[in-house]
Amino acid sequence: MSESNSVGLVKAQIAHFTQPLTLKSGAVLPQYHLAYETYGELNADKSNAVLICHALSGNHHVAGRYRETDKYPGWWDNLVGPGKPLDTNRFFVIGVNNLGGCHGSSGPSSVNPLTDRPYSATFPVVTVEDWVESQARLLDYLGIQQLAAVIGGSLGGMQALQWNIAYPERVRHAFIIASAPNLTAQNMAFNEVARQAIITDPEFFDGDYYNHGTVPRRGLRIARMLGHITYLSDDVMGEKFGRKLRHGGLKYSFDVEFEMESYLRYQGDKFAGEFDANTYLRMTRALDYFDPALAHGGDLSQALRGARAKFVVISFTTDWRFSPARSREIVKALLDNRLPVKYAEVTSEHGHDAFLMPDPHYHAIMRAYLAQIDGGRHE
Amino acid sequence: MNKPVKNIDIRPDFALITQWVTANSNVLDLGCGDGTLLTHLHATLNTTGYGIEKDDANWLAALKNGVDVIQMNLEEGLSGFEDQSFDTVILSQTLQAMHNTESIVHEMLRVGREVIVTFPNFGYWRNRLQITLGSMPVSKSLPYQWYDTPNVHLCTVRDFDQFCQQHQIQVLERRVLTEGRDVSLWPNLLGNLAMYRLKRLHH
Repeated sequence: MSESNSVGLVKAQIAHFTQPLTLKSGAVLPQYHLAYETYGELNADKSNAVLICHALSGNHHVAGRYRETDKYPGWWDNLVGPGKPLDTNRFFVIGVNNLGGCHGSSGPSSVNPLTDRPYSATFPVVTVEDWVESQARLLDYLGIQQLAAVIGGSLGGMQALQWNIAYPERVRHAFIIASAPNLTAQNMAFNEVARQAIITDPEFFDGDYYNHGTVPRRGLRIARMLGHITYLSDDVMGEKFGRKLRHGGLKYSFDVEFEMESYLRYQGDKFAGEFDANTYLRMTRALDYFDPALAHGGDLSQALRGARAKFVVISFTTDWRFSPARSREIVKALLDNRLPVKYAEVTSEHGHDAFLMPDPHYHAIMRAYLAQIDGGRHE
Repeated sequence: MNKPVKNIDIRPDFALITQWVTANSNVLDLGCGDGTLLTHLHATLNTTGYGIEKDDANWLAALKNGVDVIQMNLEEGLSGFEDQSFDTVILSQTLQAMHNTESIVHEMLRVGREVIVTFPNFGYWRNRLQITLGSMPVSKSLPYQWYDTPNVHLCTVRDFDQFCQQHQIQVLERRVLTEGRDVSLWPNLLGNLAMYRLKRLHH
């Protein structure tokens, strides 16, 4: 494998915060820490920083590998690296694990310093707004006043949008990819089924499974299987698996009979082995709760009145979980405010997953736009 | 007085459109291609605005030209754009390829205070001659064969005049050109390119 345009070996870092954070729910985190990674060099006037906001199951490990032997690089390695569309020769790229996560930032599975035990179910419900607030503090910590760009897909796109509501003066360019201004009832319904799968798992123990020495693996596995169905398009599932049989003939059993079942079970098992159920509950809730128009009588244009950035909005034709129509709602709100916006509807068969894939046209868009962004402050 | 169209670097309809657009106004260009017109308008008149383009390659070219370009299909109308939210909405040499012709013209008049429409005049004598001789017209402005043409709604200057009358559209200005020059004598016969500046007729 050619690694010539990889960021190479990377190391996660931890930033500790002792200033209490009041969350949208009213709960207070007296102290917390965020795991983050950076790629590229911060320039002298600290104006070339790009923040990557992650989606449901993502984290701060965006690009590169921790060890040469790692099977996979970071989750958006195809986008980020020297000479890649988000060129680390020009930009200082920051990946951060959101609060409530399970990959190094404070979250249900991390140790509460006040009790020396995992936060467990006591870790509060966090929102997109809370994440942006904590990300802003991470920028303060890194001495970065303004982002050259904030980039996010799906739930990450919601954070990129929220940045322009909470801190419009700190964003020059915003990429909102495969996202939505809020979730539809159907979309929230998928989240509810996923959560119910977790919560009703006998090993869940009201979220306190760390202290019972169990893991609600079954629930998490079903939640992920459901998720995977919604991230793919009907067409791509048909193409990838169709009605292909695993063993050549029917066994008249409930074991894996079809290739599709094998795929879902594999994905579910893999995920259940590496992700935290309490984090999954919180990430899906953050998705459900995000609705910046709500405070403005449902008027998204009003919610974005203060935005100042230049926007790139991208959707994918077969994405039915975050459909192009939802991206067009964001575009309309930007148009209503006469904000600079470029909107692309990328033809892809890959459903919601398309935003993580190196589709040539999609990446050409990212590359061309990012190439025009000055690393400096004066635009 | 009509100023002569003199900018030879750009399409003749673009040069004339430039005369019809007000400085510092905001413009929506439907089917903006690679954004040449919007870039030109911005450079010469300091306009702001957006382009709409469906084709991936054109869309990307427009982005590279720095145009704020929205990818959407004009056949579906201009939902997402508020009433009377642009000074000028432009549809240059695209009308004849639209399926929902009436609806796009109404949508343009809804969104724009003024509308500029340009199209190849099917009544041009060379087209008439080719038909008289028994063939579908093929020319520089109609470069397609009958079987591969995207042009499904070709019309003449007279047709479009009637269309405006029937649809309560006020023609603020009409110019018909051949090779970039105004044609005032028998424009429907001698003119190759028709250009209209329109607005809604208020009762």
